[in-house]
Amino acid sequence: MATALTLRNLWAAPDRAAQATTESGWVRWSLIAVAVLFLGTFLFLPLAVVFASAFAQGVSVYFAALREPDTLAAIRLTLLAAGMAVPMNMIFGVAAAWAIGRFEFFGKSFLITLIDLPFSVSPVVSGLIYVLIFGLQGLLGPWLAAHDLKIIFAVPGIVLATTFVTFPFVARELIPLVQAQGNEEEEAALTLGASGWQTFFRVTLPNIKWGLIYGVILCNARAMGEFGAVSVVSGHIRGLTNTMPLQIEILYNEYQFAPAFAVASLLALLALATLIVKSAVEWKTLRSAEQPEASAVDLRTTEKLTPVIGAKAA
Amino acid sequence: MAAFSIRCISPISKNRIERIRKLKMAFRLKQKSVLPGFGLSFGFTVLYLSLIVLIPLSATFLKASSLTWPRFWHIVTAPRAIASYELSFGASAIAAGINLVFGLIVAWVLVRYTFPGKRLFDSMVDLPFALPTAVAGIALTAIYSANGWVGQYLQPLGIKAAYSRLGVVIALTFTGLPFVVRTVQPVLEDLDKEMEEAAASLGADRLQTITRVILPAIMPAALTGVTMAFARAVGEYGSVVFISGNMPMKTEITPLLIITKLEQYDYAGATAIAVVMLVVSFVMLLAINLMQAWSGRRTRNSAASELALSEA
Repeated sequence: MATALTLRNLWAAPDRAAQATTESGWVRWSLIAVAVLFLGTFLFLPLAVVFASAFAQGVSVYFAALREPDTLAAIRLTLLAAGMAVPMNMIFGVAAAWAIGRFEFFGKSFLITLIDLPFSVSPVVSGLIYVLIFGLQGLLGPWLAAHDLKIIFAVPGIVLATTFVTFPFVARELIPLVQAQGNEEEEAALTLGASGWQTFFRVTLPNIKWGLIYGVILCNARAMGEFGAVSVVSGHIRGLTNTMPLQIEILYNEYQFAPAFAVASLLALLALATLIVKSAVEWKTLRSAEQPEASAVDLRTTEKLTPVIGAKAA
Repeated sequence: MAAFSIRCISPISKNRIERIRKLKMAFRLKQKSVLPGFGLSFGFTVLYLSLIVLIPLSATFLKASSLTWPRFWHIVTAPRAIASYELSFGASAIAAGINLVFGLIVAWVLVRYTFPGKRLFDSMVDLPFALPTAVAGIALTAIYSANGWVGQYLQPLGIKAAYSRLGVVIALTFTGLPFVVRTVQPVLEDLDKEMEEAAASLGADRLQTITRVILPAIMPAALTGVTMAFARAVGEYGSVVFISGNMPMKTEITPLLIITKLEQYDYAGATAIAVVMLVVSFVMLLAINLMQAWSGRRTRNSAASELALSEA
């Protein structure tokens, strides 16, 4: 009945009302055309040219380029650097979200600003700061040289620089999420006898799961693709300290375009996968937000906590 | 009458209570909470932050302080350095301007209209965040070089897109593309249709409604996005080095100048320029924080007035 009424009202409303709050057809379509053209030239064209150039000399050249020992070494090093930087930043992100999201303390917003700091530092400067500490001329350089430790122009430097540039990603995703969720569920869990870690693993972690995945995915994309910071600390030693982006640069500067784009296509695929996961996570959180909140909360806490209490009683 | 006066007073007294609470909080390091783990998580956060970010950053300033002031000034105001600032800041400003105009159009189209492939375009907006800068760099160079997909049509017109300042602007437009769209989009989604209807019923035509009602509402968010895009562009390296051609005094951006100095083992020079860039990024970070506070206050204010309206 109500829908019928609003429908009739809509039909009855003169076109003038619609005219006053929307744009005319040609304005609408030309704006859409401008937006599509802009996104097409700046987003789809670069992506298309990567794959077109990668396969320009045929599929066999493409796969031969990926089997090059130096390229394989670069892929391994990239996986290693991301494999170390991402988990460290993930643990940091969760700890920061717990401290900042669950407690009120003096200087909190200042701490959040400090966590964001690496985002606003130029990648080149991010690499340089480690050269100034661990490099031969750096503050700790002589000591490191005396003990035969190599950080700059070696793998540890690459891991450090990668960690720096991807530092805020997970924390930034989790802090607002944890803040928005409030403390009630954790307090209930504690009241019901769960320990601190049990509360974290069975109440907090399931609640922030999607945000955590999202942050880790973004962190990983940047970690594997970082160029400027890693370029400064790596020293560009083929097969030893070249990551995938640096390998792309070397191949490209040697005019080996097809192999360069072949390696680039792998990173482009990673970027596309990142975007797909990101869309999926957003869709998932949107759907869970639309569910009636009370029932979701009840189900989650009772389900998860019953075994805990059962274990305690036993 | 009584009800009226109560409604008038209560927000003020609420404000005062809130202010006293905040003041009390400021003098206590941490508020009491039943939740455990503050010491561990806070301690780890501060330790990790110090080790990875704060100590290395301050080491740069320490290193720079070994330079005398005249020498520092001589390095950072050398003609080649000045030319690089002009290019980095100028190209970043132009790119941020392009992204403001097109970002507003893209955000508007994605929020207000439906068209085939809209969801695909929406998720692709984040591509510059996900695509490694080196990949973007060689891809853009391939497109805009003289025999590239777009470059071959620009060449006869006498436009040199790759290996020129225009190329720097193109690369920086790419890296800054998502910022304005992603800051404006949520504000536009939350914008009340009723405000536009009110404007229209008061006799405003569509253009007036857009310039006087909608634009002011999304301006704080748009400016935040523009500043973020600018800040990102100033420090950008990977996507620019391939397309710029890297000619000193002409197409050499500031981050590249740092790399050049490092490759010549001129650590003092690299540090001095890095300090200039760090100071600029701190100022930008401060500006972005202030803008976000401003834009947050505006949305909260409008939410509060809405609440008052619905109560009345």
